[in-house]
Amino acid sequence: MRGASLTRAAAVGAAFVLIAAAPAAAQQPAAKIDAADTAWMIVATALVLMMSIPGLALFYAGMVRKKNVLATMAQTFAVTALGSVLWMVIGYSLTFAGDGPVLGTLRRVALYGMGMDSVSTLAPTIPEALFMLYQMMFAVITVALVAGSVADRMRFSAFLWFSALWFLVVYVPIAHWVWGGAFLGKAGVLDFAGGTVVHLNAGVAGLVGALVLGARRGYGTDNFAPHDLSLAVIGTGLLWVGWFGFNGGSAFAAGSRAVFAILSTHLAASAGAVTWMALEWWTRGKPSVLGMISGAVAGLGTITPASGFVLPWHALIIGIAAGLVCFWSCTWLKLRFGYDDSLDVFGVHGMGGATGTLLAGVFAARAIGNVSGLTEGHAMQVLVQLYGIAVTLAWSGIGTFVLLKAVSAFVPLRVDRQAEVEGLDVTQHGEALQ
Amino acid sequence: MKLVTAIIKPFKLDDVRDALLGVGVHGMTVTEVKGYGRQKGHTEIYRGAEYAVNFLPKIRIEIAVTEQDADRVVEAIGAAAKTGQIGDGKIFVTPIEQAVRIRTGETDSDAL
Repeated sequence: MRGASLTRAAAVGAAFVLIAAAPAAAQQPAAKIDAADTAWMIVATALVLMMSIPGLALFYAGMVRKKNVLATMAQTFAVTALGSVLWMVIGYSLTFAGDGPVLGTLRRVALYGMGMDSVSTLAPTIPEALFMLYQMMFAVITVALVAGSVADRMRFSAFLWFSALWFLVVYVPIAHWVWGGAFLGKAGVLDFAGGTVVHLNAGVAGLVGALVLGARRGYGTDNFAPHDLSLAVIGTGLLWVGWFGFNGGSAFAAGSRAVFAILSTHLAASAGAVTWMALEWWTRGKPSVLGMISGAVAGLGTITPASGFVLPWHALIIGIAAGLVCFWSCTWLKLRFGYDDSLDVFGVHGMGGATGTLLAGVFAARAIGNVSGLTEGHAMQVLVQLYGIAVTLAWSGIGTFVLLKAVSAFVPLRVDRQAEVEGLDVTQHGEALQ
Repeated sequence: MKLVTAIIKPFKLDDVRDALLGVGVHGMTVTEVKGYGRQKGHTEIYRGAEYAVNFLPKIRIEIAVTEQDADRVVEAIGAAAKTGQIGDGKIFVTPIEQAVRIRTGETDSDAL
């Protein structure tokens, strides 16, 4: 009986597949669009969205105090929504429609002219709408990352104004310069999935944000211990899985390069986690969970620019470097200079992004990305990478400073003293965890 | 009537409850509390930032008993909650002026 019903189920299933496949074959989809690439990129797009919500939202919210959990989640959630709208209306067009020296064109404003058969020259085997959507997820997570440095004290309205402006004035140009065919890309800067565009960019903006806003009240004296690190662990897991789409999808094709990017990503995350854990165990006597997840995220951020250019064993070295550099940044550099980057956006993403961008130039292997780095005798590549880092650092740093000052002219950046003590959940959003 | 209030280590709650059942105590009120005595607190380190955690999690048990049961209850709690380490907690015994069982209106020792 059971065998018979299984057979019948299989027959029905096969019939469905045939019915579903028949019209597709008859219609002859646009010649250039590849079904496997498209399928993979749909998945990758969803994975990158999952990194923001709920991945980053949980990662950040777990590290703040209980009175600021919802406010921290609200920042990530709101910029995911707001950034998506801005990207559709103008961001995509200015970044990826045309290869002008500074910005793209207005040709694709509100996705004007984007049809079912449109493809972008940057990803010629998938629908342009999917390329646009994938890049949208990158744009929003970059803005969401910045929120971590100003957590616990930034006024929600000021944060939204700043995010919208930063999205257009800082993210869009840098993405265009590196990926949209402008001068950094033309100079040969290697940035597979966003070491400069996403991580260094967000990290520098986070550092400037923390400096302009000033430290949280009670910094250095009050207890700022994370209220629930288990949320942050779940968030890290979602980020880690999502990163397969973030780096693997940046190949824009379902092939070996995507697989090697994913392999490198996983190895670097693992090496980063082990390195940070070992360092903490050695220097402080106990391996903390916060340390392990910080190391994993550091490894993920650091491998990002290099993931589609290096061999798997390079990824291990890059992961270890990520653990060393980011541990040092968060536990020494930050204390030495006394800035209050609440959730270490600069220490993890900024320093990691810069390190990874540099190491991409060191380890780039012709066998993977068809580009050689220092280890294959092309020392110039390291200088090119430094050029990319310098431009990103300067534009993000200056742009963030100017925009924060501009916003503060009409909305105070920080909540007032009482609201900060009471918590942002209840004062900014009128709700709170019980 | 006496009110026995015990502050104990959280992981000792089940042992204390069993011991109290053993001496015939069938009701108690338990609260999760925070505090410190000689144990002081401990420090926690988050990405290099050190915080002193002064208030440690403890359990507060409150039991109302008759005058003659008080000593046995105190003894039972003391024996069950003891580890010999600093931070085992304390037991306080205070007089109760009046007790009422809300359902029946019974008072004093009938209400216990």
